[in-house]
Amino acid sequence: MQVQTQSIQKLFAMTQSYTDEFVDNALAGSTARKGWLSTLAKAPASEVLKLWEDVVAPESQVLRPAETGMVMVRGRTGGAGNPFNLGEMTVTRCAIRLATGETGIGYVAGRDKTHAYVAAVADAMLQSSIWRDQVRDGLIEPLRQASHVRRDAISRKAKATQVEFFTMVRDRKA
Amino acid sequence: MAYVAVKGGERAITNAHTWLGEVRRGDTSVPELSVAQIREQMSLAVDRVMAEGSCYDPDLAALAIKQARGDLPEAIFLLRAYRTTLPRFGATTPIETANMAVQRRVSAAFKDIPGGQVLGPTFDYTHRLLDFKLAAEGGHEVPPAQVSEEIMPTQLATIAQVFAHEGLLEGDPVTDTSEQPYDLTREPMAFPADRDQRLQALARGDEGFLLSLAYSSQRGWGSTHPLCGEIRMGEVSVGFTPDELGFEIELADLPMTECIMLSGFAGSAEQAPQYTRGYGLTFGHNERKAMSMSIVDRALRGRELGEEGQAPCQDEEFVLYHSDVVEASGFVQHLKLPHYVDFQADLQFLRRLRREFFDAKAKALAEQTAHMKEAAE
Repeated sequence: MQVQTQSIQKLFAMTQSYTDEFVDNALAGSTARKGWLSTLAKAPASEVLKLWEDVVAPESQVLRPAETGMVMVRGRTGGAGNPFNLGEMTVTRCAIRLATGETGIGYVAGRDKTHAYVAAVADAMLQSSIWRDQVRDGLIEPLRQASHVRRDAISRKAKATQVEFFTMVRDRKA
Repeated sequence: MAYVAVKGGERAITNAHTWLGEVRRGDTSVPELSVAQIREQMSLAVDRVMAEGSCYDPDLAALAIKQARGDLPEAIFLLRAYRTTLPRFGATTPIETANMAVQRRVSAAFKDIPGGQVLGPTFDYTHRLLDFKLAAEGGHEVPPAQVSEEIMPTQLATIAQVFAHEGLLEGDPVTDTSEQPYDLTREPMAFPADRDQRLQALARGDEGFLLSLAYSSQRGWGSTHPLCGEIRMGEVSVGFTPDELGFEIELADLPMTECIMLSGFAGSAEQAPQYTRGYGLTFGHNERKAMSMSIVDRALRGRELGEEGQAPCQDEEFVLYHSDVVEASGFVQHLKLPHYVDFQADLQFLRRLRREFFDAKAKALAEQTAHMKEAAE
């Protein structure tokens, strides 16, 4: 029970800090922008595109059409030491500009070009006070919730496989 | 002169490939596999193809497996070939596996490792009896995984962190922040190889080859007396700083398997004895590969640790030159391509040798006969 309370408190704290991020979003490149770009990058393309159907997006000009490439993933020797090249991953990027001037950059894992384009448009909209709330509530927040639910479920499944050791105590009197 | 341009055969090749397509499809009364089915239900094959193909993209790996009819080295080759068509956007910030969202973490060395022994979705402790329920037509009910009321800690201390304060395990200090790590996709293999180059080669290396080398080491050919400090599997956040943003974003949470193998003590007049370590890391869930890699990584550190070994697993040129499945498979299998000129030249030479052999023999026989005749007279 105590554990559940803790996790609810944690969830509340997350939601709170998340709201604060948007309130404080005066600077481009702020923690908030880093947060939503990460959410857009990590979310499965199918989830992003499904939610995007209900977002009313303004006209935008494509600065750089969606392009797929690779990023080299680096590990660390021994887990925490000098970097080494583990292997690459596919990444797709796109850049757009809204008529109101905001530039949106999308970098997403995988090869879905529409996903990258949507991420770029969403990034630009989140920088604009006109569009921010709609994208936050209709896209970013549901994606974060879905991600949290997924990770939470995996975490609980893992916890259920934790070994509980029993020590056999010898009865010395016998 | 190994190759010769051979003209002709286009029709035969086209027909062979058409037939290959038909064979790949198999019996058409059996439903065709989708790429998504392979991705979801053959996920360890997908993980292996991504690790050795050196490219994380589960959909591409699943497509490669389908195209290769399940031949994983062929699928790895397809993925490697595809990646050469893509531009490189940059490199990630080195990942922090200590922050992994752990699904499985076991230490065979230390029972009471903080955070506990977490088994995760493992084949370990199964009885390896064929499960005929899986063969049932129309599928069967899969019982849902148990969920705990508790969640895992957000960070599990690694075996290295647990014993760090006592200095019982060697550390892995960051000594090299300026230089770019060696990149085998841009530079050829060179010797002597530093550890970054070796780790990249091992991470791309053939699982079977590394497994056999690790096994040979355990059986005494360059033993490092390994003890499994820790294996962990789960998702690791990957951060990247796009040029146009200038700040880091998280690109993905990639599943990875990491192994820290503890090995023979090393000490000197200045340095107190401590465990040395071997390191293994792969994309996806692949403990056999991560464990083998960590044993071979440790064996290859002989030069640095003052061990004089002649065993195969300790010889970096032997290991690194032969660990890549695409290169090995290519070189062995190129032998089936036309070598008509080699063979023609060999035949001419061999015929001459045989002619000389028989001539010499006939001559000797003639001389011997003449000699006997003389002796008889």
